[in-house]
Amino acid sequence: MTEQPRLAEQNATVALPEPFIRWFGEKGWSPRVHQIELLARAQAGQSVLLIAPTGAGKTLAGFLPSLTELANRPRRKPGQAHRGIHTLYISPLKALAVDIERNLGKPVEEIGLPVTIETRTGDTPAHKRQRQKLVPPDILLTTPEQLALLIAAPDARRFFEDLRYVVLDELHSLVTSKRGHLLALGLARLRSFVPGLQTIGLSATVAEPDELRRWLVGQNPPGAMAGLITVAGGAKPDISILDSEQHVPWSGHSARYAIPEIYEAIKRHRTTILFVNTRSQAELLFQELWRANEDSLPIALHHGSLDVGQRRRVEKAMGENALRAIVATSTLDLGIDWGDVDLVVHVGAPKGASRLAQRIGRANHRMDEPSKAILIPANRFEVLECRAALDANYLGAQDTPPLIAGALDVLSQHVLGVACGAPFDADLLFEEVRGAAPYAGLARETFDRVVDFVATGGYALKNYERYARIRKTADGLWRVSHPRIAQQYRLNVGTIVEMPELNVRYVRQGRGMAGRGGPVLGKVEEYFAETLRPGDNFLFAGKVLRFEGIRENECVVSNGAGANIIVPSYAGGKFPLSTYLADQVRGMLADSDRWQALPEQVADWLRLQKERSVLPKRGDLLVETFPRGNRHYMVAYPFEGRLAHQTLGMLLTRRLERANARPLGFVATDYSLAVWALDDMATLFKAKKPSLAALFDEDMLGDDLEAWLNDSWMLKRTFRTCAVIAGLIEKRFPGQEKSGRQVTVSADLIYDVLRSHEPDHILLQATRTDAAAGLLDVSRLAEMLSRVRGRIMHKHLEQISPLAVPIMLEIGKESVNGGANESLLMEAADLVEEAMGQR
Amino acid sequence: MNFSLARASLIAEADLVGIAGERAVCDPRGVLYFPDLRLLAVSDLHLEKGSSLARRGTLIPPYDTGATLLRLQAVISDYQPSIVISLGDSFHDGGGAERMHASFRERLEALISGRDWFWVAGNHDPEAPADLPGETVRELAIGSLLFRHEPSKQRVEGEIAGHLHPCARIVQRGRSVRRRCFAGDGGRMIMPAFGAYTGSLNVLDRAYAGLFRPDTLMAYMLGADRIFAISRSMLRPG
Repeated sequence: MTEQPRLAEQNATVALPEPFIRWFGEKGWSPRVHQIELLARAQAGQSVLLIAPTGAGKTLAGFLPSLTELANRPRRKPGQAHRGIHTLYISPLKALAVDIERNLGKPVEEIGLPVTIETRTGDTPAHKRQRQKLVPPDILLTTPEQLALLIAAPDARRFFEDLRYVVLDELHSLVTSKRGHLLALGLARLRSFVPGLQTIGLSATVAEPDELRRWLVGQNPPGAMAGLITVAGGAKPDISILDSEQHVPWSGHSARYAIPEIYEAIKRHRTTILFVNTRSQAELLFQELWRANEDSLPIALHHGSLDVGQRRRVEKAMGENALRAIVATSTLDLGIDWGDVDLVVHVGAPKGASRLAQRIGRANHRMDEPSKAILIPANRFEVLECRAALDANYLGAQDTPPLIAGALDVLSQHVLGVACGAPFDADLLFEEVRGAAPYAGLARETFDRVVDFVATGGYALKNYERYARIRKTADGLWRVSHPRIAQQYRLNVGTIVEMPELNVRYVRQGRGMAGRGGPVLGKVEEYFAETLRPGDNFLFAGKVLRFEGIRENECVVSNGAGANIIVPSYAGGKFPLSTYLADQVRGMLADSDRWQALPEQVADWLRLQKERSVLPKRGDLLVETFPRGNRHYMVAYPFEGRLAHQTLGMLLTRRLERANARPLGFVATDYSLAVWALDDMATLFKAKKPSLAALFDEDMLGDDLEAWLNDSWMLKRTFRTCAVIAGLIEKRFPGQEKSGRQVTVSADLIYDVLRSHEPDHILLQATRTDAAAGLLDVSRLAEMLSRVRGRIMHKHLEQISPLAVPIMLEIGKESVNGGANESLLMEAADLVEEAMGQR
Repeated sequence: MNFSLARASLIAEADLVGIAGERAVCDPRGVLYFPDLRLLAVSDLHLEKGSSLARRGTLIPPYDTGATLLRLQAVISDYQPSIVISLGDSFHDGGGAERMHASFRERLEALISGRDWFWVAGNHDPEAPADLPGETVRELAIGSLLFRHEPSKQRVEGEIAGHLHPCARIVQRGRSVRRRCFAGDGGRMIMPAFGAYTGSLNVLDRAYAGLFRPDTLMAYMLGADRIFAISRSMLRPG
């Protein structure tokens, strides 16, 4: 249900002050319909969600209500008190705030408005922040973390008393994470400071605008929604899938086969952005392009692990149109305005349709010209996925991850922050928190447990009463017990918890670990550095580096060379296939009429599958079994994404173990799952020990999941994040680790102790909820299991089917271990014994 | 591991490690047992570390003392030693014994009773723990062995120490495994930390410089139910 923008001619003149009309006239522009409509609604007191494609003048629209109001405001007389913040702009990226300052400053200056605009981010120097407190700008551009900090300051209420508008940019990407939860709570706090506060949300196209509309306004009454203005998409993007002359590989993600064709495309265009899904892919593609780069075209690399200085240099070169191509990951996804990009190349499948739309919007930032993009599938399944994404884009179908209920670790952080700002009444704060959409369903009992956790840790063993961080005093208000608590809070605010990382320090060759003082190239995750041996070569920042060793918090490297180059993998870099695209791919498999749109070699592959095995109907689950070597394989094709498949793989192997099928391992991709065992699983299914239906029964999500979860490293990793966000353990800061590991209490140890002594602790609950939603994708698995009930199609084959080839090629690249750490130790110990001639 | 299993492993000659002529079992649970002396050594219990941090606003779960005592109870009941040496940093700070919950105190007293129990003074707990039985000493010599908290700078044959919380790391098949360990070169032994909240420091760290003869250094890494003896050349820093 879309409300059509209504515009009356006279409405425009009433709403828009004269200097603005003159400015538009001088530029030869006229205000767009949605800009005026938004202004009119805001002036009528409404909060509004504006959904518009890139290039639709969204930013100006979002600020028009503020600018027009500020233009009409009488000037401050000398001696009069400084006025507070009028408009708060919040974006997910620091870079975006800086960008907006520039883009908004221009019209403000040209119209001649008496409006001050400043940014406040983690990079803002302390003296400037201090000055902002005393002399606030009219418009403050900032991030969710900075808002949390401002709210936790003792003068917060006064600081925000003149606030009229909050503009939330890229709202679709803000709301899906814990950052969004923190921001929602911050907004609820602002609403309690300023009851008439209006919000303006700016978003790319989303499937469920109503969720965002609720998010923008207080949920009292529950279900209240902001107004909606939708701008239809601009010119149809011109997207094609590379129809390669080369053989499209069965599996893998490098797309190496297409390098010559990609290079030719770069040569034919002014500026090309090449998007990939992971940092490892970015490194590989960059390397391959330079190998092909006979004309020495300026091609650059940009991803989140690189040193900030280097990233800024690349961005600057891009803005000056000095580059012909740039290889990038999602760090460039959001709406930063760039030079004259005329081609977007997407390497690998786009995984989610809205992500694809966003990335393609990068080319040609003008709404009326079509954007041009080429998709490069890296393997055959990705060809199907690209085709589905392409259809989805034309249909305008979009998806974003479903919004999840507000996280309790974030709420804990917020409760402490509120107390740091001012004493609070628990009843009032509960009502306030329920006004934030993600917490609208929060139970009072849960809220009270969170307050208890913030106060004393919330343990059943009441040992810490005397160390309480917040205390309820005689007047019934909760207060911070010590100023030190507020200091600690300020250091730990935020919801982004990085994996431990090491700086990559470059030293001259031949100096080994003795080399010092070279430049820092960026960061790698600690767990990757730990798998390297001195002398190993790996690919980073577009260079081949030789690993020299680890010194304190640095990974020391020199120039490397040679074959056997390792590419670091980065946790969290991989997005799973979206639900919507998965359904599209299943639909395409089932409908041979649609294969005409596919490259011939891929269509042949599917025809062969139909001949040799079978292709499942859109709602069915195909399970194939076949022997190979002296193993028996089972391959299932749920198309539910790698995370859900991994979880399914863990649970199926547990069950097969119980059925004495002697499973040896499994491997999962976005599309399918393979399990191999010593025994013939087809025979087991035939004898109903267990039947295939029983093996895939939904009840695996009960005890089996619980039992497996408890020992999973995934849960430990998730716990660490929750514990840091909730303020149970402190963030690690670079340089602090020098004091040595033995003084810090690691999250793993705390997890072990808490799990065995108080498994129902609120933080463990939060951890399990997170793991189920994130790393495990349990809800998606549950939906799939219930969808395929009674619709599982078993096909026993004498040999591997065409559809099974891609996943069979993955075996050995990434297999899953159980208690394998002990066997690695045993191997090492045996080597030692052998060498020393014992036994 | 039950009692009989532990006993059986005592007998296996290959599982015994020599330290200055004495024979000891490196138990995978992190204690050292000298069968000929009926002596059990445990190091760096760091009892009440949780409440120590809680005083400064870090409210980590208050179950560490209970967890550590439970594990200590298990090894003592397996070996039934007549002498127990707690090698220093038994409490995370000087006030730890006082803060300890009454139920934990009772459990600890039950373990002490009927044995010779020595509290070696550590840097975290230089004074005797308040109102607990057992004798507090700076260091303790028994036969050819010398028990102290911090390893001495110069080489001392037969020295058993703690303090450094050693761990070791190997890389095998591209995967890294880090475990707490005993570190010994035949003359000296540094014990792993036993406490539930104790972290660890790689034996290749600078802090260990000069303590061991590199050619005979072994890390006895703690496995789930056995020890893995790894020589210096297999170990990785970090």
